[in-house]
Amino acid sequence: MPTTPSSPARNSTRLLVACGVTCLLFLLACLAIAEAPLEKVMGMVQKIFYFHVPCAWLLMLSTLVCAGGSVAYLFRGSERGDRIALSAAELGVLFGMCVLVSGPLWAKAAWGVYWQWEARLTSSLLLWLMLVAYVLARRYGGAAARRLAASLALFAAIDIPLVYFSVRFFRSIHPQTTVVSTLVPGMRGAFWLSLLAFTVLWFVLMSVRLSVENAQARIVELEVLLDQAEENKS
Amino acid sequence: MTGSFWRYTLLIAGKDLRIEGKSREVLYTMGFSAALVVLVFSFALSNATDPAQGPITAAGVLWAATLFTGTVALARVLDRERENEAIRALLLSPAPRAAIYLGKLIAVSLLMIAVEVVLAVIVGGLFSTGVFAHPVWLALVLLLGTLGFASTGVVFSAALLRSRSRDALLGALLFPIVIPVLLAASRATACMFDPLSPDLEPVAFWVRFLAATDVIYISLGLWVFEPVVSGE
Repeated sequence: MPTTPSSPARNSTRLLVACGVTCLLFLLACLAIAEAPLEKVMGMVQKIFYFHVPCAWLLMLSTLVCAGGSVAYLFRGSERGDRIALSAAELGVLFGMCVLVSGPLWAKAAWGVYWQWEARLTSSLLLWLMLVAYVLARRYGGAAARRLAASLALFAAIDIPLVYFSVRFFRSIHPQTTVVSTLVPGMRGAFWLSLLAFTVLWFVLMSVRLSVENAQARIVELEVLLDQAEENKS
Repeated sequence: MTGSFWRYTLLIAGKDLRIEGKSREVLYTMGFSAALVVLVFSFALSNATDPAQGPITAAGVLWAATLFTGTVALARVLDRERENEAIRALLLSPAPRAAIYLGKLIAVSLLMIAVEVVLAVIVGGLFSTGVFAHPVWLALVLLLGTLGFASTGVVFSAALLRSRSRDALLGALLFPIVIPVLLAASRATACMFDPLSPDLEPVAFWVRFLAATDVIYISLGLWVFEPVVSGE
């Protein structure tokens, strides 16, 4: 049954409003970050925290959503689940890159090295590599690309608790998960505002990417209907 | 899982092992490739390693060679099913999908372990390391590490059965997932190989880690194998 597309004008308006809200949130977040007190040991360098941690959160959220969509696709045949999984995986690759760039920049200043093979960094890198593998599988996996990638996403989801709890179970130079709850009020406000801005950005990007996938699926639907109509005519 | 389930599992594993017993294709190609990989690593690292690092290097080389050439075993054991549409016949048979998965897992694991034992001897000789100082622990680590690798490998290899890029993609998809297995197995093996190591407590820790990982990976493999191959 062909789906009825919503009005392009309405979609554009919604997107513009969403972008406007996102920009406003980022502006407020930047002001809050600028006003936030300097950390006494690392000073200005510590403010990478307000970008690094939200990106890490979105890497894990993207993986979780990708896995959820993959379950829906694999076990219920949900095409929408598959489109959500692909969109989330691509965003996971994007925000994962942000984590893996911002992290080493901060590490160099804080620890004196760009990289250490400790539990949090290693498991985060693995998670990002799995999402990259997902995107590769979708592009080059051939006939079974979607099923292959979906199963990969489920294995990737196992890494999420490892990423989060690694600093608790293994000796690690990386800050603990309790850092956020111990922030002073000035820093706490900036952090939550930054996290909100990034999360809204994620939803906006997800919505745009999903609409592209939906449009592509709609095109395929229409092509099939056109072929059927031509066959019936002949 | 009833008696007939395990009967199917053993039938499928037995079939693959019997085919391999006649041709020995996987054993010879994987074994030779793995030995060459060990040689390449030993040449590449010969001037860079001080004697104290010997056990760590030996353990790393053993597991790196195993993983790189394990994809050969995975590809060939599943590839055989493409000939004469054998995979379709297998899926149309009364054998449960989970039994097919476990049968393939057992066959691939046994082939890999056979090669790993030979590799351990080669590594011990090249790196002057006492690899059989703790044979029971070594056997356990080889078994658990191989199961961890093969449990995901069988799923992806089956999914890539009809893909043109399967040779390029299998490693790219598999290695990020099995790196935790590689890490745990090589850490445990390095501790066993090190004659100066005070106790085997780290080995026990990594064995527990491997066991937990294997349980998770095999459970996930059993769960996703059916939808992955159902499109064949």
